[in-house]
Amino acid sequence: MTLSFTRRALAIAVGLMLASPSFAAERTLLNASYDPTRELYQEYNKAFAKYWKGKTGDDVAVRQSHAGSGGQSRAVIDGLRADVVTLALAYDIDVIAERAKALPVEWQSRLPHNSAPYTSTIVFLVRKGNPKAIKDWPDLVKPGVAVITPNPKTSGGARWNYLAAWGYALKANHNNPAAAERFVSQLYKNVPVLDSGARGSTITFTQRGLGDVYIAWENEAYLARDEFGADKFEVVTPSVSILAEPPVAVVDRVAERHKNRDLAEEYLKYLYAPEGQAIIAGHYYRPRDAGAAASAKVKLPAIELFTIDEVFGGWKKAQAEHFNDKGMFDKIYKP
Amino acid sequence: MAATRALAAITESPKVRLALLLLALAYILFFLVLPVVVVFTEAFGRGFTYYVEAVSEPDAQAAIKLTLLVAAIAVPANVVFGVAASWAIAKFDFVGKSFLITLIDLPFSVSPVISGLIYVLMFGGHGLIGPWLDQHDIQIIYAVPGIVLATIFVTFPFVARELIPLMQEQGTEEEEAARSLGASGWQTFWRVTLPNIKWGLLYGVLLCNARAMGEFGAVSVVSGHIRGFTNTMPLHVEILYNEYNLPAAFAVASLLAFLALVTLVAKAILEWRYGHELAPVHH
Repeated sequence: MTLSFTRRALAIAVGLMLASPSFAAERTLLNASYDPTRELYQEYNKAFAKYWKGKTGDDVAVRQSHAGSGGQSRAVIDGLRADVVTLALAYDIDVIAERAKALPVEWQSRLPHNSAPYTSTIVFLVRKGNPKAIKDWPDLVKPGVAVITPNPKTSGGARWNYLAAWGYALKANHNNPAAAERFVSQLYKNVPVLDSGARGSTITFTQRGLGDVYIAWENEAYLARDEFGADKFEVVTPSVSILAEPPVAVVDRVAERHKNRDLAEEYLKYLYAPEGQAIIAGHYYRPRDAGAAASAKVKLPAIELFTIDEVFGGWKKAQAEHFNDKGMFDKIYKP
Repeated sequence: MAATRALAAITESPKVRLALLLLALAYILFFLVLPVVVVFTEAFGRGFTYYVEAVSEPDAQAAIKLTLLVAAIAVPANVVFGVAASWAIAKFDFVGKSFLITLIDLPFSVSPVISGLIYVLMFGGHGLIGPWLDQHDIQIIYAVPGIVLATIFVTFPFVARELIPLMQEQGTEEEEAARSLGASGWQTFWRVTLPNIKWGLLYGVLLCNARAMGEFGAVSVVSGHIRGFTNTMPLHVEILYNEYNLPAAFAVASLLAFLALVTLVAKAILEWRYGHELAPVHH
């Protein structure tokens, strides 16, 4: 009796959702993204809807889902029907290709610049006046400095943070991996709490007032500074950091099921168009287009950047060595 | 003299009593009253117009509608189940009865996150029946049905837990009398059992509803966090908070807090007016 009632109730629920007029009569697209891109896609989706309307005459409503990049990857594998994924790192899309076979494994060659319409890097956010005098990576391992960074198991940004620190330590110690391991493990001893996503860590640092320095996405650091005022926080750019290339991809299986392939492909291509690049630059990401970078309201400082391919031999290798179960992170991080 | 000493032995000195009283009041003030006050002052911090805008923008409206829809399905489902289960448990003897009672309590003892994960493991792409569902284009998790299921699961025990002790206390004499006078099973239920439990039932419904609307953990796992589509009110509050939109977050939170207050008042009225008809044990 309970079962049949539940089933009927479900049928009614589904019926209501389908019948609800606000969801009908327009094309919808779901973009599953990582944590700090909320503001970017809020603006971009409006611009794209306008562009699409002008081009085809159709209305398009882009729905957004945000969480830690690794968590989003997991959700898409488990059945979150995202037409496009815009995640923090290539590995998280590789996994969708391998485990769910929802897109071809060579997805990254389908769009220019390794399918990453912009780059970013990892910088530090400190409290006004920089009371702990944080200038560069070595300052993070000093005793008494509390460092905020999210959990590399669930957050893409956190993995970039970790690798940036590791890459710095290799460079500073003549590529000695034992020295890098010591440095990074000392750094994580200064971390009081690991949030599951980058935005959670931003809130921990800015609103809950924990920590002396927050290792952050460059865009997230500038956004927090804008949000709370330059009289509260300062952005510190280290001497060297990692080149982050957050990639985008159409999830073929979902897009085809929704008959959205044309829409999904255009949605991602428009990120590379001058309008898309300008919006990207406005949110403190580093656009591929030099013109968009030059006309941005804030010029991001030049910084020496190394790539994950140079230092770690690509994402698959880095993931396996550092972040998988019993990898380096599990070895050095003991809560 | 002896009497005073005897009195002193069973009650504390006035100073200690006053200190304990103040401590208890301060505790309630800090941990219960103050947070509620903060929610409402923050919610109206930018004025009434801002408040109305925050709760009437499309994503907030979608979250409110979804929360109401979920509660409108989960609560009746659990009322039917709760009444049926407690009727069976309190009025009849059968093999596996204590096992059934344990089973009903399960959602109380399991972390809500696990409750959500159970459904991901069942209906997810690599779950037990996920691939079959996918072939037939039926979506359970990361969609409304999953949210409803998870909510039903976590609110499962409220009605039954309220009714079982009450029905057990009432015994079966009245039902037996009704049956001996020729009433059918259905008549006995409607005319005898239901009137006896109506206030306890209402009490269970209130608790069940409050939890159904407020559930965060389990729903968070199965929701997929799609703005304006699979976000319930508690999830929407978290999103707004994460987007630095504190006044809006508190505005939506105040609706939930208001609901909680209404529930509390209704609960207090029930207890005060019909306390003797409610179950002897309350949560």
